[in-house]
Parts: sequence; structure tokens; C-alpha cells
Amino acid sequence: MSIESGTPEPLLVTERLTKHFPIMGGFPFKRKVGAVQAVDGVDLTVHAGESFGLVGESGCGKSTTGRLLTRLLEPSSGTITYRGRDITHAGRRELAPIRSEIQMIFQDPYSSLNPRQTVGTIISGPMEINGIDPPGGREARVRELLEIVGLNPEHYNRFPHEFSGGQRQRIGVARALALEPKLIVADEPVSALDVSIQAQVVNLLQKLQRELGIAFLFIAHDLAVVRHFSQRVAVMYLGKVVEVGDRDSIYRRPRHPYTHALLSAVPDATVVMAEEEAEDDLDAVETARRTRIRLAGDVPSPINPPSGCRFRTRCWKAQDKCAREEPPLVRLDGNREGHLSACHFPEDPSLEARGEDVVLDPALIAAESGAEAPPRKEP
Amino acid sequence: MTSPSQVGVVEKTAPGGPEGKAPAGLAPRQLMWRRFRRDRTGVVSAWVVAFFFAVAVLAPVISWLYGKDPYTTYGLDRPELLDPLTGYPMKPNGGIDGEFWFGVEPKLGRDVLTQLVYGIRTSLLIGLAATVLSTLTGIVIGVVAGYAGGRTDYFLGRLIDLLLSFPQQLFFVAFMPVVTALFVSPQKETPTYFRVTALVMVLWLLGWMQLARLLRGQVLSLREREFVEAARVTGASPWRIVRKELLPNLVTPILVQSTLMLPTFVTTEAALSFLGVGVVEPTPDWGRMFAKGANFYEGDITYMFFPGIAMVVFVVAFNLLGDSVRDAMDPKTTR
Ligand SMILES: Nc1ncnc2c1ncn2[C@@H]1O[C@H](COP(=O)(O)OP(=O)(O)O)[C@@H](O)[C@H]1O
Ligand code: SF4
Ligand SMILES: [Mg+2]
Repeated sequence: MSIESGTPEPLLVTERLTKHFPIMGGFPFKRKVGAVQAVDGVDLTVHAGESFGLVGESGCGKSTTGRLLTRLLEPSSGTITYRGRDITHAGRRELAPIRSEIQMIFQDPYSSLNPRQTVGTIISGPMEINGIDPPGGREARVRELLEIVGLNPEHYNRFPHEFSGGQRQRIGVARALALEPKLIVADEPVSALDVSIQAQVVNLLQKLQRELGIAFLFIAHDLAVVRHFSQRVAVMYLGKVVEVGDRDSIYRRPRHPYTHALLSAVPDATVVMAEEEAEDDLDAVETARRTRIRLAGDVPSPINPPSGCRFRTRCWKAQDKCAREEPPLVRLDGNREGHLSACHFPEDPSLEARGEDVVLDPALIAAESGAEAPPRKEP
Repeated sequence: MTSPSQVGVVEKTAPGGPEGKAPAGLAPRQLMWRRFRRDRTGVVSAWVVAFFFAVAVLAPVISWLYGKDPYTTYGLDRPELLDPLTGYPMKPNGGIDGEFWFGVEPKLGRDVLTQLVYGIRTSLLIGLAATVLSTLTGIVIGVVAGYAGGRTDYFLGRLIDLLLSFPQQLFFVAFMPVVTALFVSPQKETPTYFRVTALVMVLWLLGWMQLARLLRGQVLSLREREFVEAARVTGASPWRIVRKELLPNLVTPILVQSTLMLPTFVTTEAALSFLGVGVVEPTPDWGRMFAKGANFYEGDITYMFFPGIAMVVFVVAFNLLGDSVRDAMDPKTTR
């Protein structure tokens, strides 16, 4: 069940990729008493030079997926294929030639840079490890990289504590670029940053993606950040991909209730999105402004996920079938090519479908009726 | 939203940013040094500690300049120094005068100053050797346990628990003769170098666990930090990660722990010699001076005075130094 797309060359393909973290317990001998099903059968395809968004609430297994792809974690089952080569269980030495091609940018700009190393050491480290001697020397290359990510090349000898969060994240980007990778996994690279800085860093990544032709797997917890950046988007829920498709399909013709919920969780995003398209679709602006879906409660525990459709405990369309059968990730009627959704009772493929305010949590309604009344619209 | 070409212009100018109070361009090490130099207690204790090491190293020079050695029994050669009946020095205050600055030892009549100087030399040598060995062992075992995790960590952890649960002083007293007997036949005289080696071994065996346990915990938390993952993503070997990513971040606990370790070893060595299982006559030893002093204190309290003061000053200075090193390296930690 891999994802078809118009682009011919798949760079990285995962099939039924799974990561279960064992839970140990018992006395006096520790044994496995359960498993955190952090990632459970994920199929993804990233094409060369493409920017791919991976979105889901926190705890959905996005970081685990990213760490599996960069082989920081050992998959429990499933396969990872990089340019036709199976790297699912490749050891460090086997991975060596591929290492330089898949790099990662981390979420926390404070913990991702070694406080005892200079910027120069941090950025030249990857070249040293992989024995890369760029013409003009490593130091010159580091200066060049600093320039590329928008930092002063003269700050080569400074230490991370002398930089702000945004600047540190740029250093992390420079380190990832040092090996001239083909794919960069960016795990929520801006969510730890000031809102005012986020856009700058996203723009930098976008520029790099376009100018250097690097494929990006951009992980985010809401659809707003990914919107400008990603040509294709996958929505993850509790270890599974529930919907995947090109940007237009996900933002304008979403089918899965969870995607709808995520979209309305960022009303700004939908409004802007709709306004961009306003010439042909004035109603959409209206709708986007008015509709909201609140998800009740939190993501259920991945230790004991709901049967059938994992979203059913929070889904307003859930029926008996949802508890019995797991919905397959397939192309639904009316979906474009490459737009797959995993839902038994999908929403209509438009934003207007959400012409009502769905609030699942009675407590939330009660709380809001006192304060700011939620905007309601009759269907 | 800025266009891609404008990226970076805004942030480029001011390194330091909101949290950049530190002077630009200073390495963490330089910052530490600055903080340390501002700490007067630390600087004074560092000088005191340095003085003790200088005394230990320069003992032969001191002895030569002073014109005496720790072995000659001046009191027996020159009857005017000691009371023939009691064996205590004739002059008051333990026989202190222009010739014997710290007085004369009762009974044998050796010079106290050179005895102390050479005694400090012996004790510091043993303490330092045990500290170096224990620190290295602590680093290796702590880092391996923390980094490898799993079964290795479990077994090393139990080993540490086991060794820590030993009643240390008792173990030393009981074990020193055993270790000696293992290698030297009872009929023969145990050579001094062997006694010293055995002492160092026993101190080392029971001295590395605290540091190992501390480092294990630190490594456990460090290896979850994203910069370690970043190194792994670029293909760094475990050895490189330990050397380049972990160890530089462990310098603080290692330095602090070993500065605190040394005075404990010196006092333990002194205690062992006091109890008669450490260094024996005629090799001068700091700890054994206390044992002698305890025998003489009724007749000659002064004999105990100089070794005692020296020991107190040494231990206090070392502990203050340890605290200052920690404060300088890690200003965020509060005691
Ligand atoms: N090393 C681990 N051991 C056990 N559980 C883990 C581990 N890493 C992540 N998890 C669990 O896996 C789930 C997914 O985590 P994560 O991939 O970090 O989610 P996300 O990045 O989407 O917020 C969470 O429930 C988390 O608690
Ligand atoms: S399958 Fe059922 S529970 Fe799951 S999202 Fe679709 S309607 Fe909701
Ligand atoms: Mg995450």
C-alpha cells in the first residue's frame, strides 16, 4: 500500500513501518508486560527534492517516525528502503555511505548543540566523521555554510550559549547541510522558537529546499506551519497515517474527520488558505471563518489504542463499524490521485462540509456559553 | 512574511541575543576561569593546596636547605636534647628552638619538621596515585554503564552497590595484611615500595564507585540529549561520541569529585598508618605521626600540633577548592 504520485523517483519508502517500545515490569525478574505502539504500520514515500509534511497532535508518533527514518531507532517491523536499498536493520558501518544523505534537524535548539563545542567544531564534525575534505578546507566550508544559513561567518569560534534560539536552529541547519544530504528530516524545527522567528526559519528551509533540491520531511503538530512549505502532507494519528495527499487535497478537500479537526484547530490557516483562493470560492472564506471543531480530551494512550479506527473515541461520525474494522488507507471516491484516507464514513471533500460547529465535549460547551459564545451556523 | 532572499538579515547582526549576557567570544572554559579568579576563597585554597604539593615535591630541597633529614636520631646522638629519664625533649614546647623549628621527636629524637615534610610527601603520593587510578576507573565504568545501558549497566550497578556496602575502614584494616601476605612470604621483610603499592591498590579498589555512579547518571541523561543523536545521525562511532560529545560535558563532575576524593584518600591513608597497617617505620608518614603523638600527648602535646594543623588546613583547603571549582564551572547549581 504505498503512495503513488506523479513524481517518478521515490527516495525513501517505508512499508508497514512499526515501532513498539516495550514496557518492562514485574518482580523480581523484569519482563515485557506491554508495548507503547508509538508507530504502527506506517507507509510513506518521499520523492527526491520534494517537501513532505508530517502532521499530528503531540504523542502521535511523529518524532518516532522521524527517528526511525534516520535510523536513530531500530524498527520493530516493516521496511525502510532508501533509493532501492533496504536499510531497515542496517548497522552503523553498513549505513555509513547513506548517513551523509539523510540528515536531521532537531526540535530543541538548546539541547541539539553541544554546549562545549564551538560552532566551527559543531558544523565541521560531520565532515570530519565522514572524511570529507572540501576544496579550500573545512573551515572555509563552515564559513560558507554559516553564510548560507544567514549567520555571520566570523562567528565560527563562538559557543552556542552566545546565540539566540533562532540562531542556534540555523547552526543546526548548517550542520545538517554540511554533508550535502538528499533528505533532511526536520522534527518540529520551529515549534520551540518565538513566533516572530518561526517564519524566518521556515523561509530559510524553504529556500534551501528549492535552491539545493533537498527533500524535506517536515514534522509539525499543526497544519499551519506545514502549509507554505509542503507539497504533500501526511496526517498521523496514534501511530498511523490517517490521510495523505498533495497540499491542495489535504487543505481544501480533506476527507478524514481528524484532518478536518486539525484544519479548524488553526482557524487562521484555513481563513488565509481560503482567502488565497477567494477569487473562485468566496463561500469558502465565510465557512472557514465560522466553523470550528473541537476535539474532546487528549490522544488516547498508545499502550492500549482503541480497536478498529483509532480515532473513534473522539470522532463525531463514529459508528459500530468503526470499532470493529480498521479502515484501510485507500483512495476514496472523489479523491485525487495520491490522496488516500483511512475512514469508513469520510466527510465530503470540501471545506463547506464542516458547516457546523462540532463540539464534542459537553464541558467545553458549558464553559464557552458563559464566556465567548462559539460562532454557530445552521447547515 | 519575508521573501527567501531576505532570510537571515534580521537575526544576523546581534550574536548574544536575549540570553547572550556572556562576553562575546569567550569559551566556557575561559568563563569558568574568570569566575574562579573572582572567587577569593577558591583562589586562597588553590594557593594553599599548591603549597602542600610544593612541599611534597620539594621535600629533599627543604631538607637540604634546613640541614637535617627525617631519619637521623639527633636526640640519641646528642644527649642534651632529650630527658634521659622520660625521653621527652629537655626544652619546653617539644624542644622548639632555632635549630629544630618544629621541635624534636620524643624517645628517638628525630627532627619533626623534616618528618612532617617527608610524611606529607608519602601521604600525598599515595593519595594522588589512588585518586588518579580511582578517577580513571570511575570514568571508564561510569561511562560504560551509562552509555551501554541494559545488562552491562545492571551488572556494573550491582557491583557498585556491593562494593559501596562494604564497611570500608574495617575492610582496609582486615585486608591490608592479607594483600601483603599474598605477595610477600611472612618470613621476609615487606619492602616499602610494596607496602605503598598495596595501600594504593586497596584505596583504589574501594574508591572509584562514587564517581562511577555519579557519571553513570550524568551519561544516562546526556545520551538522551539531541546533540548526541545529531552526532549519531552523522555516523559518529560510539567511541567518538564518548570522547567528543560526552566527556567534555563531564569535566565538571570529574574535577569536582576528584578534588574531593584526594583529601579523603590522604586521611584514610593516615588512618591506616595510624592503625599500624599502612606505611611502617622508618619511612616517614603523616598519619603515623598522629599515632606517635597519641602515645606522647601527656608529656609532649606539641609533637601532635604541627601534623594536626597541617592536616586540618590541607583538608579544609581542598574541600573549599572543590566547592569553588564546582561553583565556577556550574554557576547554576546551588548547594
Ligand atoms: N523511548 C521511548 N520509550 C517509550 N515510549 C516512547 C519512547 N519515545 C516515544 N515514546 C512514546 O511514543 C509515543 C509517540 O511519541 P513521539 O513519537 O515523540 O510523538 P510526537 O513526536 O508525535 O509527539 C508517545 O506516547 C511517547 O510517550
Ligand atoms: S472510521 Fe469511523 S471513527 Fe474512524 S474517522 Fe472514520 S468515521 Fe470516524
Ligand atoms: Mg515530537
